[in-house]
Amino acid sequence: MLALLGVLVVVLGFATKRNPLLVVGVAGVVTGLLGGLSPRAVLADFGTGFAASRSVSIFVITLPVIGLLERYGLREQARALIARFAALTTGRFLALYLILRQLTAAVGLTTLGGPAQTVRPMVAPMAEGAAERRYGTLPERTRERIRSFATSADNVGLFFGEDCFLAVGSILLITGFVNTTYKTHLEPLDLALWAIPTAACAFVIHGARLLRLDRCLERELAAAGAALTREEAAA
Amino acid sequence: MIKAEWFYWLVGAVFLAMAGQMFRDRTNPRRLGTAAFWGLVGAAFIYSTWVANKTAPAEPLGAAVLVMVCLAGFGRTGRGTAPTASAERRAASAARLGNRLFVPALTIPLVAMVCAVVVKGWHIGRTPVLQTGSETILGLGIGTIVALVVAMVMVGERRPTAPLHAGRGLLETMGYVLLLPQLLATLGSIFQASGVGASVGKLTEHVLPHGQTYLAVIVYCVGMAVFTVIMGNGFAAFPVLTAAVGWPVLVQQAHGKPAVVLAAGMLAGFCGTLCTPMAANYNLVPATLLELKDQYGPIRAQIPTAVALLACNIVIISAFAF
Repeated sequence: MLALLGVLVVVLGFATKRNPLLVVGVAGVVTGLLGGLSPRAVLADFGTGFAASRSVSIFVITLPVIGLLERYGLREQARALIARFAALTTGRFLALYLILRQLTAAVGLTTLGGPAQTVRPMVAPMAEGAAERRYGTLPERTRERIRSFATSADNVGLFFGEDCFLAVGSILLITGFVNTTYKTHLEPLDLALWAIPTAACAFVIHGARLLRLDRCLERELAAAGAALTREEAAA
Repeated sequence: MIKAEWFYWLVGAVFLAMAGQMFRDRTNPRRLGTAAFWGLVGAAFIYSTWVANKTAPAEPLGAAVLVMVCLAGFGRTGRGTAPTASAERRAASAARLGNRLFVPALTIPLVAMVCAVVVKGWHIGRTPVLQTGSETILGLGIGTIVALVVAMVMVGERRPTAPLHAGRGLLETMGYVLLLPQLLATLGSIFQASGVGASVGKLTEHVLPHGQTYLAVIVYCVGMAVFTVIMGNGFAAFPVLTAAVGWPVLVQQAHGKPAVVLAAGMLAGFCGTLCTPMAANYNLVPATLLELKDQYGPIRAQIPTAVALLACNIVIISAFAF
């Protein structure tokens, strides 16, 4: 029961907004020691944990390419490109990205998208570009909102797409854990099939919210945008 | 055969090279701490190879991880103001290069896809060209190298330090939260080893009345979401809640179909991931990358979807499992 104090450390650290790295580090050391591990074993756990989880940080390899392209105007060009497709509003564009991200993740291609690979260099500027075409320069608050929704489309698409694929980590974790702990035989295919209903719900719910974003932008910006366009026309 | 570890060495080398640039960047008020942090990350990436195949002790690596935690935790890391191209120059270059700018960016996923689907089947003699099971991440690595060459030729950039500097800028923007997911994975394994799962199981056994199947479905799904919020990761919550409620109550007592219960249970955990700053790689890293003032912007955009989907998962288990 003492080991549960580690959970408490996380909750408290979280609630008091301490540095998250420090919170998790302290929680690990506290839980390990209270749970009866020797200091050496705790150190070894931190080491093996780092070594085994390196794959989550490998997207760093793409940063030099993306950074170089950004210096040469990748984000500006993403905005310019989207401005040519009049029918593609911010919400429709993000809903399209959502379904593409879900479908590609569902066939196992989870590394196609991501915050560094697609959202920052292309998806967010395009979503902003679509709104700028319609309403002119965007207020800071609206810009932040659109960027947040661009991130959300990427996350929701990834989370609720990848589980429809057989060989993804979470499916393998389920079968691995259940088959070894309870001596049964669960097929990855069954699990992947039962991930589809939630995936469909995710597309409907988040897609609808993205389309609703268009109407919110309309309400907030129509007046301000009209005023700006008149000014531009006068100038 | 191209091995996954080679790719990790490359990533480690990139971290080390960037750390070298940070060390020399006098515009960064905390250049020493920053360089030490990322340098340690790079060295740890490479040393991990021998920890993973158990030919080197894991304790020094663990100590290095704790040093990284202290460097970042006590505010010894920062960022420089490396000169970037001005807005006018970027706009001019965008006008000059046009849509060709997308070619390298799209080369990365394209090559990754070809590696995962086509090259996966290639063999030299009996051995596969790409290490089995690592085709996608190797594809990401190969795709990036190809894309870098294409990009440098296209924009006419000859200095290899230029893309490194640009990437280092992005890395400094993201900052230390980049390391949080790896640390959380570690915390999950420590929780397992210290018996946190068993403790939670005992607690729920006391609290949950016998025979209330639908109440148990709610406890399982909401528990997955809440534990994921705390741990930042559905993978860590799954063994805990499944051992406590999912398997003994929903599958054994109530005879639920395991595939439905467990698949929807895991996805209930993902609803928690959408709501938590602990899932830094999905929620905080994008916020800093997109230069948002409100770090919690993505989470705010995701919470309504997460709550609705949690309800969906509860309904799916209740309707189809029994």
